[in-house]
Amino acid sequence: MDISQVLFYALSAMALGSAIMVVISRNPVHSVLWLIITFFAISGHYILMNAQFLGIVNLIVYAGAIMVLFLFVIMLMNLNAETEPQKNKWLKLAGVVAGGCLLLVLVAALKQAEVKGKVAMLETGDIGLIRNLGKALFTDFVVPFEISSILFLSAMVGAVVIGKK
Amino acid sequence: MLIEKYIYLAIALFCIGIVGVLARRNAIIIFMCIELMLNAVNLLLVAFSKMHHAAAVAKGATAGIEGQLFVFFIMVVAAAEVSVGLAIIVMMYRNTHSVDVNFLNRLKH
Repeated sequence: MDISQVLFYALSAMALGSAIMVVISRNPVHSVLWLIITFFAISGHYILMNAQFLGIVNLIVYAGAIMVLFLFVIMLMNLNAETEPQKNKWLKLAGVVAGGCLLLVLVAALKQAEVKGKVAMLETGDIGLIRNLGKALFTDFVVPFEISSILFLSAMVGAVVIGKK
Repeated sequence: MLIEKYIYLAIALFCIGIVGVLARRNAIIIFMCIELMLNAVNLLLVAFSKMHHAAAVAKGATAGIEGQLFVFFIMVVAAAEVSVGLAIIVMMYRNTHSVDVNFLNRLKH
């Protein structure tokens, strides 16, 4: 078992454990912190697959910007474990059973899939480098890239209009 | 690394997100679980892009780069979605003084 496999299993365990903690922790601030750890683990996966640009963008955009926005909103509302609304026990159990059933169905469907023996390259391949991604982004994908700027403008206007009332 | 392992990991993360959406009542936690599901899909897209690159590198040096660009665009859309969604949650909190999604059924009255 070489170092990249060890890293894969360690990062997977970190991502799954902290994702479970996001769901079960009572305090919303703790949930946000666990979600940041999940994003770090997923960024680690990207870097392990040599998708360096996406790894860094995931850290900057998700862990840096979006999670700080969540933290701001939670602290603005002064939410904590005492004011946390709780569903009754049976509804929670029903939610967990429904999610578990989905997991079961997806895994059972995958048993029949013809993906056996396909390999995702680790540590090699240069499609994840900024140079190649940027070249593709500004030639083949330049129209969606420009449209996304309009999307951001409308999202910004929408957030301001909704928040101003 | 075998692609099945990435698929199982992404399925597990996605199902944890689903359980969070179904079992919690706090609107912000539900929103965070949606982000978790988006990230599971992103991870799977990057893994598939690396898989396709390994299979088709002979046809083109940048085979499979589209998967990573889709992940980039998903991140862009997610950032816009979060800004609007959090604004809506703040407005809901101002009206009801709660982030409990059960209060949202007032919409039907």
